[in-house]
Amino acid sequence: MPVMIQAQNLRRSFSGKPAVDGLSLSIEAGEIYALVGPDGAGKTTTLRLLCGALQPDDGQIHLAGIDLLRQTEHARAQIGYLPQRFSLYGELTVLENLRFFAEVRGLPSSDWVPRSEEILEFVGLAEFADRRAEALSGGMRQKLGLAAALVHQPNILLLDEPTGGVDPVTRQSFWQLLIRLLRQGVAVLISTPYMDEASRCNRVGFLQHGRMLVEGTPAEIVAHLQGRVLELVGRPRRLLEQLAAADPQVENAHSFGDRLHLRLAPASADAVMQRLTEAAREHAATIDHIRPVRPGLEDVFLDLLEGSHVA
Amino acid sequence: MRNTRLFSLIRKEFIQILRDPRTLYITFAIPVIQLFLLGYTATTDVRNIPLAVFDLSRSPASRRLLDAYRAADYFNLAFDLDSEDEMRTLIDAGDARAGMIIPPDYAEKLLANETASVYFVLDGSDPNVASTSLAAAELIGQTHSTTLVIERLERRGLTGAFEPAVEVRSRVWYNPDMESAIFMVPAMIGIILQLLTSLLTATAIVRERERGTIEQLIVTPIRPWELIVGKITPYVALALFDMLEVLLVGTLWFGVPIRGSLGLLVALSGLFLLGSLGIGLMVSTFAKTQQEATMLTYFTMLPTIFLSGFFFPLAAMPPALQAVSHVIPLRYYLIIIRSILLKGAGAELLTNEIFALAIFGILVMGIAALRFRKRLD
Ligand SMILES: Nc1ncnc2c1ncn2[C@@H]1O[C@H](COP(=O)(O)OP(=O)(O)O)[C@@H](O)[C@H]1O
Ligand SMILES: [Mg+2]
Repeated sequence: MPVMIQAQNLRRSFSGKPAVDGLSLSIEAGEIYALVGPDGAGKTTTLRLLCGALQPDDGQIHLAGIDLLRQTEHARAQIGYLPQRFSLYGELTVLENLRFFAEVRGLPSSDWVPRSEEILEFVGLAEFADRRAEALSGGMRQKLGLAAALVHQPNILLLDEPTGGVDPVTRQSFWQLLIRLLRQGVAVLISTPYMDEASRCNRVGFLQHGRMLVEGTPAEIVAHLQGRVLELVGRPRRLLEQLAAADPQVENAHSFGDRLHLRLAPASADAVMQRLTEAAREHAATIDHIRPVRPGLEDVFLDLLEGSHVA
Repeated sequence: MRNTRLFSLIRKEFIQILRDPRTLYITFAIPVIQLFLLGYTATTDVRNIPLAVFDLSRSPASRRLLDAYRAADYFNLAFDLDSEDEMRTLIDAGDARAGMIIPPDYAEKLLANETASVYFVLDGSDPNVASTSLAAAELIGQTHSTTLVIERLERRGLTGAFEPAVEVRSRVWYNPDMESAIFMVPAMIGIILQLLTSLLTATAIVRERERGTIEQLIVTPIRPWELIVGKITPYVALALFDMLEVLLVGTLWFGVPIRGSLGLLVALSGLFLLGSLGIGLMVSTFAKTQQEATMLTYFTMLPTIFLSGFFFPLAAMPPALQAVSHVIPLRYYLIIIRSILLKGAGAELLTNEIFALAIFGILVMGIAALRFRKRLD
């Protein structure tokens, strides 16, 4: 598969503070790649660099093999971009927005009408064609944004937190759309704060302070912590959390809903389970269950964040 | 080949304008409101100037002089005083704008065929009023003096159809009744054109940045010049429409004449707009929010209004400020529009002004266009 997005050693700082710091990326056609990282990690800046909205201080960008810094407009013609903030015209209707972006993208008027209909059908906004964009719900806005980004049938999609503030049902249908695009061979780079979304991607990159902490398929990433995560459910939770944190071989305890995830030192699961069961009995706490689980991306992510914190 | 990108940009901008009440209000209502406000309040009509008279002569001769002043309706002989101190008080309070002192020996000197002096005191705080009242006072004085000289000659027996060698008749050209509206409306057009175009251009561009729509625009293949032209064109159209709107109201309501060529006026207004649009574009490259853009634009309007000769005559300014006024485009436009409307002047009389506007427009627009980036940073 051809490499569609190729970035080498990207750097960009704002008033001396690096936002993207030596980042490299390579994404193939038909591949979906998730950029994950806390707020301020540099996800948006990365995507803006990749679409040429920001000028890098250093580094190379090739989109479908075209040098973005040299042949900017030609390279840009390859991409569809959905910014983190809604970036269409509120005063214009859904159809007017699409028409505008189709026309400035160079679609002749004989093409934009059928294309707009097709794409509105595709994202499920056909019945709202004449509604003003400002009157759309958050989820519909994101779909319209996606429609505008797709109107010229780009080979590359850059999506900045496309499902932020969107209800679960819409999120689901958004993903259906993405999967169909991937089948058509589009390369997708998505930034997301949701680990479940990241785990659906072909590859995931963890970003912090503008640097890539780790990169790989979800399975590869999770393998870092294989056998080192315990799930603990019981009452009182606060007390159990304190007991776990006091254990010398528990590196960290995090709540996920009503469950506690404990990250352990390597090869310590059995010993920790035994010690915690005893400690709970001594303190009259109830453990419903305690068992090793397959680590999630969240576990790895938190591990990495703390690790880099110490470093 | 038609430029689809540019065409779509312009159409999009027009749709936004038509659906945005604020822009519509600024564009269509404000100019007429301002015109009426300024047409009626900022009256620089120099008429009925309250005059305080301290007549020490109290003679038939001095009363004749005062009658001459009364006859021309420049002055309203509002106060008859008994001391010079009173005059100072009245002028300081602004109740009287000018004062006249007739010395006690006025009548005697006239009888003795000597030159009699009359003192005229002016409140210079409003240079417009001061300069016209001074001119009016001198004119009335001279006319009266001529009459007296003729009478003297007649008394000496030089009777007959004696006509004065020189008759000084005051006549204000182009604006015969000194009606402020006739002078103000053309100036208003200039101010409105500049303010509207620079304000609307700046906010329209900054709005794209503020609302984030610029991010989607950036990744389209629109060229920077297309973005500039596409953003500016609708506002040129609006501005010219406004000009005609204000001119129409000015003509129908205030009786402003259109003596010259309307086509020439529109063409030169376009030239003037180049500079205003350049200012708007320039402001948009500095401002981050629409509010900042608005403030910055008003900031550029201040020197424009004060140094263009709109309110204060340039001749009454200190030399340093007069020098600065040469880089204020409105200064030239005011000359152009007043000359075309009031004097019916053609382009050949306005070459200097046209040249100045062209230089300013190209310079500002050029620098702004160079600063303009189709990027976020
Ligand atoms: N236009 C800008 N001006 C100044 N600082 C910026 C700008 N854009 C981003 N930054 C800074 O760069 C860092 C990365 O921001 P961003 O790329 O938006 O992160 P993310 O999208 O991962 O939340 C942050 O510290 C942010 O404050
Ligand atoms: Mg972001």
